[in-house]
Amino acid sequence: MSRRASVLRYVVLGIGALAFLFPFYYMVVGSLQESPDPTPAGAFPDPSNLTLDNYAAIDDRIDLLQGLVNSGIFTGGVILGTVVFGVLAGYALAVLQWRGRGATFALALLVQVVPFQLLMIPLYVLIARDYGLADSYLGMILPFAINSTAVIVFRQYFLQLPRELFDAAAVDGAGDLRTLWSVALPLVRPVLLTVVLITFIGPWNEFLWPFLITKEQSMQPLAVSLANYISNIAASAANPFGAVLAGAVVLAAPAVVLFIVFQRYFTSTNIDSGVKG
Amino acid sequence: MTVVHAEPRAGGADPSPARRRRSSRWTGLLGRNPAGLLFSAPYLAFVLVVFAFPLGFAVWISFHDYFFAAPGADVDRPFVGLDNYTAVLSDPDVRRSFVNIGIFLIINVPLTVVLSLVLAALLNQVVRGRVFLRVSFYVPYVTASVAVVGVWLFLFSGDGLVNEVLGPLAPDPPWLINSFWAMPSIAFFVTWKQLGFYILLYLAALQNVPRELYEAAATDGAGRLRTFWSVTVPAVRPATVLVVLLSTIIGANLFTEPYLLTGGGGPNGASASPVLIMYQRGIEQGTPGVAAAIGVILVVLVLLVAWLQRRFVGGES
Repeated sequence: MSRRASVLRYVVLGIGALAFLFPFYYMVVGSLQESPDPTPAGAFPDPSNLTLDNYAAIDDRIDLLQGLVNSGIFTGGVILGTVVFGVLAGYALAVLQWRGRGATFALALLVQVVPFQLLMIPLYVLIARDYGLADSYLGMILPFAINSTAVIVFRQYFLQLPRELFDAAAVDGAGDLRTLWSVALPLVRPVLLTVVLITFIGPWNEFLWPFLITKEQSMQPLAVSLANYISNIAASAANPFGAVLAGAVVLAAPAVVLFIVFQRYFTSTNIDSGVKG
Repeated sequence: MTVVHAEPRAGGADPSPARRRRSSRWTGLLGRNPAGLLFSAPYLAFVLVVFAFPLGFAVWISFHDYFFAAPGADVDRPFVGLDNYTAVLSDPDVRRSFVNIGIFLIINVPLTVVLSLVLAALLNQVVRGRVFLRVSFYVPYVTASVAVVGVWLFLFSGDGLVNEVLGPLAPDPPWLINSFWAMPSIAFFVTWKQLGFYILLYLAALQNVPRELYEAAATDGAGRLRTFWSVTVPAVRPATVLVVLLSTIIGANLFTEPYLLTGGGGPNGASASPVLIMYQRGIEQGTPGVAAAIGVILVVLVLLVAWLQRRFVGGES
């Protein structure tokens, strides 16, 4: 009985994994097909129908390298802001006693449920119109500059370190800044990758915001230029699906690889503490 | 040594000697470590500039005849009361988009809860292949929507693989340009895309369920389904509340999928979402007042739905 149940369990989980992975497999296969083959047989690579032309085709229309660089700068800026200011805030929330600490923590939780749709129009007015930051990296980064989930992950991490570490430094006469610099920061390493992963997902995959404020193609992150390609010109290309899928592979690959390589830093515990605090 | 200030501090729970030495008259006002405020200042400034101020500004815009002008130009943007709101509520496109998002949520939220809980519960019981399964479940979540939209367009097009497999069962016109199937297709897509995140949330909750509960259920002779229903489901209820809340908020933000998957909310507005309409009205057509009003209404509705869900799903946490 137990054996049958176990087999059934794996069958259901296997179907789930297949449903999640198949589209990715199909993305790669489709991006390599010379002419799109939507029949079931087309799901298996056919050596006579394989080509890299689609990658050249999409690179012709949207500069893939420039797109990747823009996505990288956007994402890198957000990660930098989040790590630098997130550590500070997380440390203050976990270790230090100051007025407004509870309110700040509540704010960090609340911010995670503020719907972006309400902020979209005023942020566009402020950043693109008033500050003139349209078509700039700063304008792209600003609304995402410090990831609140990461602030909470840092806080949870510092909370579970033994308090004596920080108290001992205080007894030795170290000031708050000194304690942060020489006690807290060297200990941050284990949680740093988790924070980078959590933060990475947002800007790398974000479409709406950079789409709103970048009109110049040379400034657009890859997600935006690929989306414009899908909605504008896909119909006119010789093998539109092939070209779109080739672009999709280039956009998806960095994220997928990153999360496979560092999967043990992205677990249920990390996510849970970040969302619930 | 420095003179220790006389300190009639009320709630000094653990006044460690070192900290007491550094106490000053600011202690009462700013707390024991005023540096905490300094360290948090950048984050607080960020929240103020990017969340708090724009929130208020959004409401302000929605009550004014706001239009775009050159930066620095001094223009009059008159107060128009509820004009934007009446314009929005009498606009059939907007009303349609709210119905659409309702359909979306009715499909997406329950499906998300059921599938993520079942998959997480099964995953929690296996040892072999666990990492592989967990990673494959969250791969769609960590990938850009724009990228996977490309594959779904290919899979669900008129002569795509899905229709090839379905044969005569395939809907005509095909999924994404069929006015009945467009919105459900988007709902399935988003469920599939986000599921991994909710599976991780449920996995964390499942790991905190006391083993004794399962042992007690086994002693009472409860079967697997019975145990799942009477032990697991109630034990993870706080997680369910969170999953329902987050999937509702994320669902109400829907933009990328109707913009790309159904070519701008097609066919004929059958899959337009409120945020898509906000983009069209606010930025393409230059009436931010109307767009802001849609945003305010949408958020009020989301809050209302979230409150109802909380009463319905329950859970005190």
